Amino acid sequence: MTTAGDMQLGEKAEMTLVRLPDSTLTVRISGEWKLGRQLPQGEEFRSQIESAETVSRITFNTQAMTGWDSGLITLLLEIIEIASEMHIAVEKDGLPAGVQRILALASAVPERKDARRETGRMSFLDRVGAFAIFLWNSMLEMLDFIGEASVAFLRLLLGKAHFRPSDLLLTMQECGAQALPIVSLISILVGIILAFIGAIQLKIFGAQIYVASLVGIGMVRALAAVMTGIIMAGRTGASFAAQLGTMQVNEEIDALKTLGISPMEFLVLPRMLALFLMMPLLSLYADLMGILGGVIVGVWMLDLNFMEYSNRTRSAVSLNDLWVGLFSAAVFGVLVALAGCFRGIQCGRSAAAVGEATTSAVVTSIVSIVVAMAVITVVCNVLNI
Amino acid sequence: MEKAEPHIVVEDLTVAYASNVILHDLTFTINRGDIFIIMGGSGCGKTTVLRSMVGLLQPTRGQVLYDGLNFWSAEHEEQKNITRKFGILYQSGALWSSFTLAENIALPLQQYMDLSPGQLKKIVSLKLALVGLAGFEEYYPSEISGGMKKRAGLARAIALDPEILFFDEPSAGLDPISAHLLDELIIELRNSLGATVVVVTHELASIFAIGNNSVFLDADTKTIIAAGEPRKLLSESKDPKVINFLTRGEGRAQEVIR
Repeated sequence: MTTAGDMQLGEKAEMTLVRLPDSTLTVRISGEWKLGRQLPQGEEFRSQIESAETVSRITFNTQAMTGWDSGLITLLLEIIEIASEMHIAVEKDGLPAGVQRILALASAVPERKDARRETGRMSFLDRVGAFAIFLWNSMLEMLDFIGEASVAFLRLLLGKAHFRPSDLLLTMQECGAQALPIVSLISILVGIILAFIGAIQLKIFGAQIYVASLVGIGMVRALAAVMTGIIMAGRTGASFAAQLGTMQVNEEIDALKTLGISPMEFLVLPRMLALFLMMPLLSLYADLMGILGGVIVGVWMLDLNFMEYSNRTRSAVSLNDLWVGLFSAAVFGVLVALAGCFRGIQCGRSAAAVGEATTSAVVTSIVSIVVAMAVITVVCNVLNI
Repeated sequence: MEKAEPHIVVEDLTVAYASNVILHDLTFTINRGDIFIIMGGSGCGKTTVLRSMVGLLQPTRGQVLYDGLNFWSAEHEEQKNITRKFGILYQSGALWSSFTLAENIALPLQQYMDLSPGQLKKIVSLKLALVGLAGFEEYYPSEISGGMKKRAGLARAIALDPEILFFDEPSAGLDPISAHLLDELIIELRNSLGATVVVVTHELASIFAIGNNSVFLDADTKTIIAAGEPRKLLSESKDPKVINFLTRGEGRAQEVIR
C-alpha cells in the first residue's frame, strides 16, 4: 500500500503501510515531508487501514525520511486520531526525537471544552430580532449619552464642570481656523454650482439677475450651514471619534474615570463647546464665500454688474434667513460633536473598533444633520420665519 | 552540544535615528540552535538591535549576515527569502485585531504557500495546539487575555516553521507562571524545530532559564560591554554594571538566582 507526493525539490514524500504478522502495522515514511508539496493525507491512511485486516498496533519507520516540517506533524496527528477512534495502540518510538517532542507539545494542553465556538448561521428571524435589540440598546445608549452631556453642560453653566481651558481653545483652533481653507473651497464651489444651475433656467426668461437671490438665500438660509456641517462631520467629527476611540483602546479614559474625572466633562464638553461656538462663525464665513462664488458666475459669465448683483443679494436676503442659517449651524455643531464623541466613547478596544467608530461617527453626523435640517425647515415654515 | 555553526553574524553594527547614534560597533555571532539573549537596562537599545536584525531599521554602518549573506546589501528578493525564515513575536503580540486567531496564523501560510483550505485549517489548529490554544480559532484578539495574545503571537511566529525565532520582551506583562510556561515553550520549540532563537529581554528569570549565550548592551557607552553565557557572566564578569544588572543591584554576595 503506497501513496506518493509529487516530485519537486528533494525526494518525493511517500507513506507506505507494511503489515507484520503480529497484527502490527508499520507506517514507513520516506522522502522530504515539507509543506508546499503534495503530501499524502490522513484520509488516504483512513481508507487504507479501514480496508485492511485487524490491526492492534501502529509503529513508524522514518529511516528513509530526509526532511520534515508541520506537514508531517499534521499527518501524524491525524493518524493518531484515527488510531484512537479505532482503539489501536500507537508507538511513536520510530519517529525522530524532534517530531515526538512536537507531538507531545501539541497534545500537552488539552482543548478547553467550552473554547470552541459555534459558527453556524443564525436564522432570518433570529437576525432580525438581534438587530432590533441592538438598535433599541443603541438608542438607549445614545439617550444616556445625551443626558450625561446635558448634565455636563448644566454643570458648566453652574461653574462646576472641570476641563482644561487650553483644551477648549486648542479644539476651537483645530475645528475653526484650521478648517477655513476647506470651507472656503467647498463654499465657493457650491456657490458657483448653484449660480450655474440657476443661470441656465433663469436665462430662458431673461431673469439672470435673480441668480443673486437664488445664491444669496440658498447659501445664507441653508446650504452654507449644511455644507459646513458635512465638512465638519468628515473632518472634525471623525477626528473626535478616532481620538476618543484610541484613548479608549489605550485605557486613557479608564484612567480618567478612576481619578474621579468625568470623561464627559473633561473630553466631551470642550469638544462640544468648541464646535457649538465655531460652527456659526464658519457658516457665516461660508455664506460670504458662497455668495462670492455666485458673484464670480454672475459678473464673469452672465455679464451682470457687481453693484447690481450686490444690491439684488442685499434686498433678497433677510435677517431672518441669516438667523435661521446661524441657528442651524449651531445645532449641527452640537450634533457633529455629540455623534463623534459618542461613537468614540462607545468604541471597543481594538484598532478595528476605532475604524468602525470613525465611520459610524461620520454616518451618524451626516444623517442627523439632514434630519435636523428637515425639522428646522418644517418648523420655520409653520412659524412663517 | 553539537559543534557550533555560525547562523547569524552581526558585524560592526551601528544604528542611529538621524544624527542620534543609538548603538555603535556591535559585533557578535549567534550559532545555529542557540538561544541567544540580547539584554541590558531600559532604553539601552535592545529592541533597536532586533529591528535592525529583522530588516525593519537600516543600520548606518555594519552588516547582519544570515548563513553568510548580508541582509542589508542583499537584493530585494534575497531579503524576502531571508525574512521568510524568520518568526517574530512582538512585545504586544501584534496580532491583527480585525482577524480571528485562525486568520492571523493563516495569513503568513497563505502568503508563502499554496495550501488547500483543509491543509490550512489543519496547520492552523496544530500551531494553536502547540501553544496551548486549541479550540480558540474563531476568537478575536480583543476577546482573549494578554498571556493568550502572546501565545497566539507565538503560534503566528511559528506558522512557517521558521529557522530563526525572534522574541521581543516575551515575558513582558505576563504573570510569573505564564512567563515560566512561555520560557519552557521557547526551549521546547527550539529543541523540536531546531530553530535558532534570539530573545530581547531584561527579565532575569528568563535570561538564566533559557539563554545559552548573550550580549549585554550599555546605555552609557552605547555598545556591548559583556558577552557570553549568562550564568558565566553572573559568576565571572568584572564589570560592575553587568554584576549590578544580573544581581538586581544586590551584588554578587547576595545572589537570588535559583
